[in-house]
Amino acid sequence: MAKRIETSGLSCYYGNTKAVDDVSITIEPKSVTALIGPSGCGKSTVLRSLNRMHEVIPGARIEGKVLLDDEDIYASGIDPAAVRRTIGMVFQKPNPFPTMSIFDNVAAGLRLNGIRKKADLQDAVERSLRGANLWEEVKGRLDKAGSGLSGGQQQRLCIARAIAVEPQVLLMDEPCSALDPISTLAIEDLIAQLKDRFTIVIVTHNMQQAARVSDTTAFFTLRGPGEPGHLVEVDATQKIFTNPTQQRTEDYITGRFG
Amino acid sequence: MSTADASLGLRNQSIRQASLPAWSLAAVTVGAVLLSLLLFATTGFAGDADFLVVAVTVTVLAIASLSWVVEGKRRAIDRIATNAALVALVVTLIPLGFVIGYVIKKGRGVFGWSFLTHSLADTGPLQAGGGVGHAIIGTLEQVLLASAFSVPLGILVAIFITEYGGRRLATAVRFLIDVMTGIPSIVAGLFVLAFWIFVLHQGASGVAAAIALAIIELPIVVRTSEEMIRLVPAALREASYALGIPKWRTILRIVLPTAATGITTGVMLAIARVIGETAPVLLVAGNSNYFNNNPFKGEQASLPVYIFQNAQSSSTFNVQRAWGAALTLILIVVVLYVAARLLTRRNQLARR
Repeated sequence: MAKRIETSGLSCYYGNTKAVDDVSITIEPKSVTALIGPSGCGKSTVLRSLNRMHEVIPGARIEGKVLLDDEDIYASGIDPAAVRRTIGMVFQKPNPFPTMSIFDNVAAGLRLNGIRKKADLQDAVERSLRGANLWEEVKGRLDKAGSGLSGGQQQRLCIARAIAVEPQVLLMDEPCSALDPISTLAIEDLIAQLKDRFTIVIVTHNMQQAARVSDTTAFFTLRGPGEPGHLVEVDATQKIFTNPTQQRTEDYITGRFG
Repeated sequence: MSTADASLGLRNQSIRQASLPAWSLAAVTVGAVLLSLLLFATTGFAGDADFLVVAVTVTVLAIASLSWVVEGKRRAIDRIATNAALVALVVTLIPLGFVIGYVIKKGRGVFGWSFLTHSLADTGPLQAGGGVGHAIIGTLEQVLLASAFSVPLGILVAIFITEYGGRRLATAVRFLIDVMTGIPSIVAGLFVLAFWIFVLHQGASGVAAAIALAIIELPIVVRTSEEMIRLVPAALREASYALGIPKWRTILRIVLPTAATGITTGVMLAIARVIGETAPVLLVAGNSNYFNNNPFKGEQASLPVYIFQNAQSSSTFNVQRAWGAALTLILIVVVLYVAARLLTRRNQLARR
């Protein structure tokens, strides 16, 4: 499990608007990489282009390459659904399937990938819920709706759902921005555990969070309104937060914006 | 600092406001009704309906005037608007209440188990008895067949418009569907008569009526399903895609179940719309006084046609049976509606 992701010359477009310009970055396996930067700098767009979720939006497309262990995921003959099975995603707002029970939410990805045996499903659901630190809270109510859980529990349910299909990489798009500090702490603990098995990329607005959970940090920014976002620098988190190479990175992380 | 505030005087407003006690409103209402009574007793005004209109108007105006004096302009306007909305609500409900009440009153006499299970095979126009059993079978078969044609087709079209069609194609399809909504039901019946019966040489039958009804149902199913599918949040589709679930499975397993309640309502609206259709059914399915359980062969009775034929009759027995059939039709719609509601509710999960 856990693969390396490498982008080279990645540019993302919405219709004719260039949102991200020329990003080349390597994401090491079994590590946590945080993408930080001001709103509109394209960090979420970059994240979504790593598992071909960017193209779900009408008119959206990319240029450049995204390699998953040396295989170009945008090459012809690649099945986007298979890419997304390998590279899972957790979204900003918890989005459990409202018509499904907690059990069915976690089992959804498995069922649709051909696993039907009840015992297998039960094992996998318990394993995933334990993996998401949610098992103890929901084991007595697996048949109830996922939307009845609290926000933090729902987000962990979504993480369980994502890791149930055993992806290599887990992308997280501001997974804690809708959560209170206690739930946030639970998710951050979980990220620390998950990085033993998955390559994790997390977009966050919370710089303390980036500093707490990530091994590597990439700083994105944009030159001005309407300009495409770009990668300023990427380095070990320790280095970015103590001694960044670029002046703009230092200004951003110390709060002197500009 | 004080100059800006003082110039407008906004700071001097009190948060306290005089308000009318509940008993004063009741008193004004009683007074207004008494005044209206006096008016009708002493002047040329007459009639129950006239009295109702005058009494309500006088009450609303009296409350508004009192409110204006005591509570001020804003509250007075608020009271007028609230009361006007309330009156509108009651006015809307009156026809509904009268229609249902009158049908029950007129139809109750003949209604019963025997009425529901017998045909007119052994009953002449001048005899009591007989029933609508054959027409119930006909209506149910025709409407269910029509829905079997139009519901799957309509939902598929809605899926195409929302999930697959490009913007321009979707707009074109939507326009055509809107045109279809405007087709008068008799035209749908004429089309089936011209094509199915005259060109293809099929006889009049229940299925011919079902085709005509399906043409009427289709645009309603498409438009309501489309609206409901559009309401499914994009976040759910994205969550599904992110699990590696292909688009067609996402639509089948995530989008449609989420929209199911709304789609059911749309289908029920379509059924309620066509179950009372008389003209096209009379045209292509004819009528019969006998049981004909086979919708594919021979003329078949239906409740609207039954009502139409019997209500015209000079025989009071036939007219009574027409009222009984009207009551039956209303009850069938109620039963179908409740059944559809229960069916979709069963699919909803307990939250805790």
